[in-house]
Amino acid sequence: MNNEAMLKTITDKHPRAIKGSAEKFGFLEIRVAREGIAEVVKTLWDDPELAFNVLIDMVSIDYSAYPGWAGERFGLAYLFKSLALGHRVQLKVAVPEDEPVVPTLSGLFSNANWLEREAYDQMGIRFAHHPNLKRILNHHEFVGHPLRKDYPITKRQWLSANESLMDEMEVSLKKKGYE
Amino acid sequence: MTPMIDPKTLLPAQVQDNSASGLDAAKHKDKKDLVFVNLGPSHPATHGCLRALCALDGETIVAAVTEMGYLHRGFEKDAEVHTFQQVIPYTDRLNYVSAIMNNVGYCKAVEKMLGITIPDRAMVLRVITCELNRIIDHLVCAGANLVDLGALTNFWYAFNAREKVYDILEKLCGARLTSSYTRIGGLSRDTYPAFADEVKAVLKDIRKSVAEITKLVSKNRIFVDRTQGVCVISKEKAVSYGWTGPTLRACGVEYDLRKAEPYYHYEDFKFEVPVGTHGDTYDRIFVRLYEIEESAGIIEQALRKLPKGPVMTDDKRVALPPKQQTYGNIEGLMNHFKIIMHGICPDPGEVYDYTEAANGELGFYIVADGGKNPYRVKCRPPCFMNYAAFHEMIEGGMIADAIANLGSINIIAGELDR
Repeated sequence: MNNEAMLKTITDKHPRAIKGSAEKFGFLEIRVAREGIAEVVKTLWDDPELAFNVLIDMVSIDYSAYPGWAGERFGLAYLFKSLALGHRVQLKVAVPEDEPVVPTLSGLFSNANWLEREAYDQMGIRFAHHPNLKRILNHHEFVGHPLRKDYPITKRQWLSANESLMDEMEVSLKKKGYE
Repeated sequence: MTPMIDPKTLLPAQVQDNSASGLDAAKHKDKKDLVFVNLGPSHPATHGCLRALCALDGETIVAAVTEMGYLHRGFEKDAEVHTFQQVIPYTDRLNYVSAIMNNVGYCKAVEKMLGITIPDRAMVLRVITCELNRIIDHLVCAGANLVDLGALTNFWYAFNAREKVYDILEKLCGARLTSSYTRIGGLSRDTYPAFADEVKAVLKDIRKSVAEITKLVSKNRIFVDRTQGVCVISKEKAVSYGWTGPTLRACGVEYDLRKAEPYYHYEDFKFEVPVGTHGDTYDRIFVRLYEIEESAGIIEQALRKLPKGPVMTDDKRVALPPKQQTYGNIEGLMNHFKIIMHGICPDPGEVYDYTEAANGELGFYIVADGGKNPYRVKCRPPCFMNYAAFHEMIEGGMIADAIANLGSINIIAGELDR
């Protein structure tokens, strides 16, 4: 399916959620309203003509230092790939600074759990109903979000305590019937 | 492996309770019967710095939780305060077992942004060096994985051949492990006269060592028992976790970017994509071993068609002018000055580009704001997805199998933690 047909299929199903589109180096980028992202992704997954079954990556961007930027502070790009049909698409969500919350995709894609944790850790974007939204790359005592443009690269923090991981372990054991 | 001690969450001490034995114990699942053990973070078997907290019932892992980030050094933040060229040495340190593949992945993304097509010779040389890197990556993975299973001899067979590849890479670019061989727009330098002959000789050594490894392990009773049907992941699960590369192919999904979305004329090379059937440790090791042969075939074809010509584009936005021009005329001098002082400045925009690295799809998402530094670089490390599934794969298995599995999904901490 070419980019135009793909855009049409998605726009027909979600006319209100789609805010615009662009073609970037051959890739279709669709701008999606924050509230509608989960439904649009569900369509990408369900529709047999789209069949996007792989979440390739999730990229968080802080536009606050971007020259001439007038939109929301954060952007979140979702990259999808269909193994069966071979095409790719990119969804982009604008995330405001005062309420940086986006619905989670962790129920649809297994790797969304960690990718969302990374976006939270590095950029401070939170994901509503995420099962375990905590830091992943940085230390659990770390304060701030290092990939935000207002986090100075030279800033150092003293981090000492070990993380027990028992919070996740308790949940996992409970699921397996241990008390 | 040190026992986990944390006063906040410490479970009640294990009590000797003989009444809860036999059938009663099977019915009642009590946390007090479990022993909590950390695999890693600093243990030779973790091949880097990874941590998995395991709840053990005897030697069986009941539940596992993984932690990463021990090698996190802020590659993405560093990239924002360096020029586009200065990021290249940082990419070496992502997957340090196959450094050139990261160089190529990054440079290809920036070249896409600038709309530059690199000369044919550079393209073919990138294919040759990438495939050599794929071979050594697979040799390291398979060799080290077999050490985890107690088969030490194979390690020497694999690493002897790898050493010879590094000799070639050293002659090619002056460095062994972190090579920084590519430049935006081509390569840092051309090959040396005996390059083709030496590569052919090393391919012979590689084939010999792979044959020896295969002969030693493929029908070895201990190896087969330890790997077949162990730590199986289904096709659907692997896709849901976003797996790519040899680990996905071991599950039976025939997906290779070199075939699916060819770049650098991979469509002109004849090669097969080895695919597994079960998605177990055995398949993951053997998909890699078979891929080595395919890569060797690609290198031979590439050497036959290696064209003559420059290895660097003459695009004035990225290529330094020849020294005669820098010292001989004002335009050349200005061009040199602009590239050194002002750097490469792609037009504002965002690009995602990807290559088939040794572990799977290595992607770079780059945002440019028109300046000399990238505004944002996001690296998609293929083994991030592999490690996300690790805890699920090892639950229900034995500790020793978890270690063997960790080797087979080839987690490179430099790439995982960035």
